[in-house]
Amino acid sequence: MIEVRGLSKYFGRFSALRGLDLTVGAGEFIALFGRNGAGKTTFLRILAGLSHPSSGKVTIRPGNAVAPRYIRGCIGYLSHNTSLYADLTALENLRFFAKLTGLPDHKEFLMQRIGQVGLSGRESEPVRNYSRGMQQRLALARAFLHDPAILLLDEPFTGLDQAGSDFLKSYLVETHSRGKTCMMAIHDPGVGYELADRLVVIDKGAAALDVQKSSLSLEEFQNRYGSIVNRT
Amino acid sequence: MAKIWAIFRKDLLIELRTKDTLNSMLFFGVVVLVIFNFALESLRDTIRSAVPGILWVSFAFSGTLGLNRMFAAEKENGCLQGLLMVPVDRGTIYFGKMLAATVFMLVTEAIIFVLSLVFFNLTVWGEIPYLILVFLLGTLGFTAVGTLLSAIAVNTKLREVLLPLILFPVILPILVNAVEATNIVLNTPDYSALRLPLTVMAVFTIVFGTISYLLFEHVLED
Repeated sequence: MIEVRGLSKYFGRFSALRGLDLTVGAGEFIALFGRNGAGKTTFLRILAGLSHPSSGKVTIRPGNAVAPRYIRGCIGYLSHNTSLYADLTALENLRFFAKLTGLPDHKEFLMQRIGQVGLSGRESEPVRNYSRGMQQRLALARAFLHDPAILLLDEPFTGLDQAGSDFLKSYLVETHSRGKTCMMAIHDPGVGYELADRLVVIDKGAAALDVQKSSLSLEEFQNRYGSIVNRT
Repeated sequence: MAKIWAIFRKDLLIELRTKDTLNSMLFFGVVVLVIFNFALESLRDTIRSAVPGILWVSFAFSGTLGLNRMFAAEKENGCLQGLLMVPVDRGTIYFGKMLAATVFMLVTEAIIFVLSLVFFNLTVWGEIPYLILVFLLGTLGFTAVGTLLSAIAVNTKLREVLLPLILFPVILPILVNAVEATNIVLNTPDYSALRLPLTVMAVFTIVFGTISYLLFEHVLED
């Protein structure tokens, strides 16, 4: 479904990605690990079509979509930025994105999505009044409003309390069980190991480790991950 | 068209709640009028000939403030990123933002213009339809370029400073012809001379609007 070959990205003289290769099959859940500045966010932004690679090739084949805007319609991207308008209510935010995505924007549909993320009863409040956890729940509803085939998540647990984290985990497990392809950048090896079925460590802009979860225990993974990020 | 309207409606709704953009645009525009009102006190008898320049200085400065806010507001919470992820042609985003910028500018211009009639003691009833045409064309030219350049400036460290630096040299033809057209309407009896500045503004708007539409996708990605 996603094929990445020799992907490089430079910001001036700094190279965020250096010849990254990765093939992702439909329905896989990949956890991306790596120290700060390893290139995880840059990689996800390129996949999401928010950034152009300096060199290399990314092929995304979600069904028969070819044009960039149709491919964007098959991707949902959630980062630590919520991409929500603080002065609009939850309902108005979702209605706006539903209209642009070509989804039904009637209240019943939107209320169902708001209910799925546990915000029923708060839909008419401006997002500015929401806690960080509530905003992240609504951001989840916004990013995946169109039920995309590919979910890209960049540090989605940042700033969430225990209840919020538990909700997000159960949401991702349920979504993955419906055959969606997920790729999540995360720092916590425990959470990444728990949710994903493939573990990829990016170091210095390339894949330093790429293993199936079934091939090693959490402790073994933590040791190998630690040895990669701690080497100079 | 529905998607352009959705972007415009969203900007309008936020503006109606916060009044951030219109208030700052109006405040700045009125301050410019007040300064000129005092500065040109000694030219009271011939002030009508200076009004076109005063008006467009005021429109251009307040419009630049509005354009600066246009994409800066989208950067809050990474809203621009969310907007870029929706499966629409990015030119649609350009036209939606341009429509919002045009409407905000026209509202500001209307208020500034009415205040200028009071400050400079002008009577213009017969000229109003022509002035509306000149203001509309001048504003469309201004926002056609300004929307693109605002999107470029918002991704830089110098965003508020950079926009006027790159905007004013490009829109000089619009401003010069808008001042000329306003002068013809206010100060000459023969409106046939209006054809040239109006044509220049219309051509400028179409050409730069098309270029901006085509380039918009590329300026939003890093």
